[in-house]
Amino acid sequence: MMNSSGVAVLARGLTVVRGERTVLRGIDFTVPPGRITGLLGPSGCGKSTLMRAAVGTQAKVTGTLEILGKPAGDATLRSRIGYVTQDPAVYDDLTVRQNLDYFASVLQPGRRHRDTRRDYVTRAIADVDLVSHADSLAGRLSGGQRSRVSLAVALLGAPELLVLDEPTVGLDPVLRRDLWNLFHRLADERGATILVSSHVMDEAERCHRLLLMREGEILAEDSPEDLRVRTRTQTVEAAFLHLVDEANARQAGSPQQADPQPKAIQENAR
Amino acid sequence: MSTSRTLATAARVLHQLRHDPRSIALMVLVPCLMLFLLRYVFDGNEQTFDSIGASLLGIFPLITMFLVASIATLRERTSGTLERLLAMPMGKGDLIAGYALAFGLIAVVQSLLATGLALWALGLDVIGSPWLLLLVALLDALLGTALGLFVSAFAASEFQAVQFMPAVIFPQLLLCGLFTAREQMQPVLEGISNVLPMSYAVDAMAEVQRYPDATGDFTRDVLIVAACAVLVLALGAATLRRRTA
Repeated sequence: MMNSSGVAVLARGLTVVRGERTVLRGIDFTVPPGRITGLLGPSGCGKSTLMRAAVGTQAKVTGTLEILGKPAGDATLRSRIGYVTQDPAVYDDLTVRQNLDYFASVLQPGRRHRDTRRDYVTRAIADVDLVSHADSLAGRLSGGQRSRVSLAVALLGAPELLVLDEPTVGLDPVLRRDLWNLFHRLADERGATILVSSHVMDEAERCHRLLLMREGEILAEDSPEDLRVRTRTQTVEAAFLHLVDEANARQAGSPQQADPQPKAIQENAR
Repeated sequence: MSTSRTLATAARVLHQLRHDPRSIALMVLVPCLMLFLLRYVFDGNEQTFDSIGASLLGIFPLITMFLVASIATLRERTSGTLERLLAMPMGKGDLIAGYALAFGLIAVVQSLLATGLALWALGLDVIGSPWLLLLVALLDALLGTALGLFVSAFAASEFQAVQFMPAVIFPQLLLCGLFTAREQMQPVLEGISNVLPMSYAVDAMAEVQRYPDATGDFTRDVLIVAACAVLVLALGAATLRRRTA
């Protein structure tokens, strides 16, 4: 299932060009299986592009990007990855259940899988806590509810890898806590690998591992705790700012301020 | 290709429409209303009603399905559901075929009502079989669906998509022989009308109106319309990209 190195996602020299702009600049990182990896960084730093590349919907991707042991975009991966885009991608003029029924029949078509599909749908609705809204039109739901419908679609069929692009944005604190509990259940009980992006730093503490991004580069790849210890800071947010300052100093070309910790930035001279 | 995914897609498109009864009513009833109007606009000239009415039975499904298909697929593109489907094990052909099937079914209902009304209530004089009228209407609906799917790839918003209707459909409407016989047009325009699919749709309807059986010309016209529909559907499938910038 995984590749020989035992990672769910492996990127080496990953580069993405969109129009004139190089959005990802030859980055290296790995995502361990069965864990929650948080992808953090300010808006516009390339998080969504990285996720689209992993899912195989991004054009002009160069370098190495292996997902579950296959090159990203491989046709066999399409049923093994659940993907949630930033804006909920559901049909507003269908009910929650009709949405899920349809996507389930794309995932597992055919009459003989009808029971399997029904189980998928029932479980996905329960997972995102929308049982009482199962027969409401998606377009009539609140923003937070619609994004949970979108998440439920990604949970159909127990995918091995979940790629979640800012799934908690705009949700109230209670819902955010519930969703993070769900992510942990998915990782712990169902063995799912989760790659989840956020620009809210306090969510970082809930991840097993973090990829800190800035301007198309990976600033750091570590656990939240190690990150704090290494940068001698109290929070991931402070650690991030510390690393950004270091990177800025490096860019400004003042070698005396350059970071003595070689792991902080995997500089690429490509 | 997966038949199950095609059927599931067609069912989904129809489910979506079921939540929108006003659109269904507009799609099905507006052509009937137009035929009704036409009948009494040409109250003193029933021959004109016969020729224009038969042509319109083919043109209505084309226009309606063009509009509906272009907006529906544009919504699919802009809502992110297209990206989601293409990131899942969904074949492009399955998706296109699902749309064609769903809109084809609606076109059957629409054409049954319009043809029935024209023939039996409004006294449209057609010598050929009503089933042939229906066949042409269905192929026209498929052609409209195909053109709609195709142009939606070039529209960035629903606003633009609607503008494609006059751009793609009106020239065909002017040149298809509805207003004046194609051979009487300026030769350049006649040449252009020879390569536009709607011309053959209208010619086929005229054949049914004039002759009791399917003529050789009718068969040729119908095959041309069908081939155009399939070609444009394939082009439409080619505009669906799994990887986008």
